[in-house]
Amino acid sequence: MADQPTALERFVQGILPENPVYRQLLGLCPTLAVTNGMKPALTMAVSVAFVLVCANVVISLIRNLLKPHLRIVVFTLTIATFVTVADRVLAAYMFQMSKTLGPYIPLIIVNCLIICRCEVCASKQNVITAAADGLGQAIGFGLALASIAAVREILGTGMLMGFRVLPACWPDWVVMVLPPGAFITLGLLLGLVNYIDDKREQARK
Amino acid sequence: MDYFVEILLIALSASIINNFIFYYFVGICPFVGVSKKVEMAFGMGCAVTFVMSIAAFLSWSITVFVLIPGAPVSTFIAGFFTTPEAAAQIDLTVLSYIVYIFTIASSVQFVEMYVRRFFPPLYRSFGVFLPLITTNCAILFACLTIMSHVAGVDNPKAVWDLGKAMTLALFGGLGFTIAIVIMAGIREELELCDVPKPFEGAAITLVIGGILAIAFMGFTGVDSGVKEALTPSPQVSQAVVHGERVALLDIKDNNIQGVRMP
Repeated sequence: MADQPTALERFVQGILPENPVYRQLLGLCPTLAVTNGMKPALTMAVSVAFVLVCANVVISLIRNLLKPHLRIVVFTLTIATFVTVADRVLAAYMFQMSKTLGPYIPLIIVNCLIICRCEVCASKQNVITAAADGLGQAIGFGLALASIAAVREILGTGMLMGFRVLPACWPDWVVMVLPPGAFITLGLLLGLVNYIDDKREQARK
Repeated sequence: MDYFVEILLIALSASIINNFIFYYFVGICPFVGVSKKVEMAFGMGCAVTFVMSIAAFLSWSITVFVLIPGAPVSTFIAGFFTTPEAAAQIDLTVLSYIVYIFTIASSVQFVEMYVRRFFPPLYRSFGVFLPLITTNCAILFACLTIMSHVAGVDNPKAVWDLGKAMTLALFGGLGFTIAIVIMAGIREELELCDVPKPFEGAAITLVIGGILAIAFMGFTGVDSGVKEALTPSPQVSQAVVHGERVALLDIKDNNIQGVRMP
């Protein structure tokens, strides 16, 4: 498979050039739902990273046994198994966080990002490439989540992870931590990323 | 009467107040992807509602008859291997995610085959969206919401029956359809507008979604008003509302500030 990207390329591509949120628009549900604070966002990013890497490795190991018409079912069942593991671990060691995240941890199962990576990379390439790809995509996803959460938490409460960032006279934009803030923040950040892209394209020409 | 009020409140809450898209952010992928034309958006909404109802029926049945401790099927099967007391303790809810996703995937397959064979016009109108729905978070979210009201509930009276589960699914799907059709209507008009180039496509859709979400926030509190209007004795409901408020204040004082107000 000479035309497939190598492990290192996959890893680097996942972080910025093919960022799952800003470039591929995948996994938007958790992106919007858990970014009202930095801590839930980071917990979500770590859970997704665990599930993504494990699912990629397992799918890559069994890729020669997959039947084309059944592969999506196999993907989702593999992912569901690892999500159950992650959910139980969270409930055991971070009970409060698991209550805060609520149904969004089980909803990782239907996160299009993970199914897409299984389809694009893990079902075609070897274990090391698949693991590197999963790790790169997970880091990219974590960065995107952290950027949105930072904007929302700072503007919404004036604090970041418990530390005051903006002066106390800052009028908290409560709407930023409420559902509408998620849509607007992601929309504006997406516009900003596209704008920077365009500028760099023009500079290259 | 009480039952009717509860059903009405679940319906209101699922379709408008806690709209699946604008409040819980589930089903955002089709909301951004399939909202370019009103007809397509409506077809997608109908398909989601349809599958959601079937999935809700199946997941409610499986949860009640197989997964929860003391469920008839699991108790019966485990009865062959252990004592009846031990069999009644078996809790299979840890498997719920795997069971639900399998249920959804297979019901989507069967619905697709059935509709294609027996209702060709219906298949032409929304059949193309059916495979996409397997990975739609809204369906799994409805199943999980139903599970949280069936399994692990302390008060036996608060456990949802099939009617409530179906109401949630039907009206949740209706809310999804409302949201995606509104969005498609706006995007059809947006074709004529001069959108800044970086915002074309998904970015402007999300910003509009945010503005719509602000509009939907206006429905917050409608349910308590409806509840008060429909409950037979107003004094009792007033007391309940007051009691809740006191409890909320207590939680706030204890958890956030660490001191109880005098």
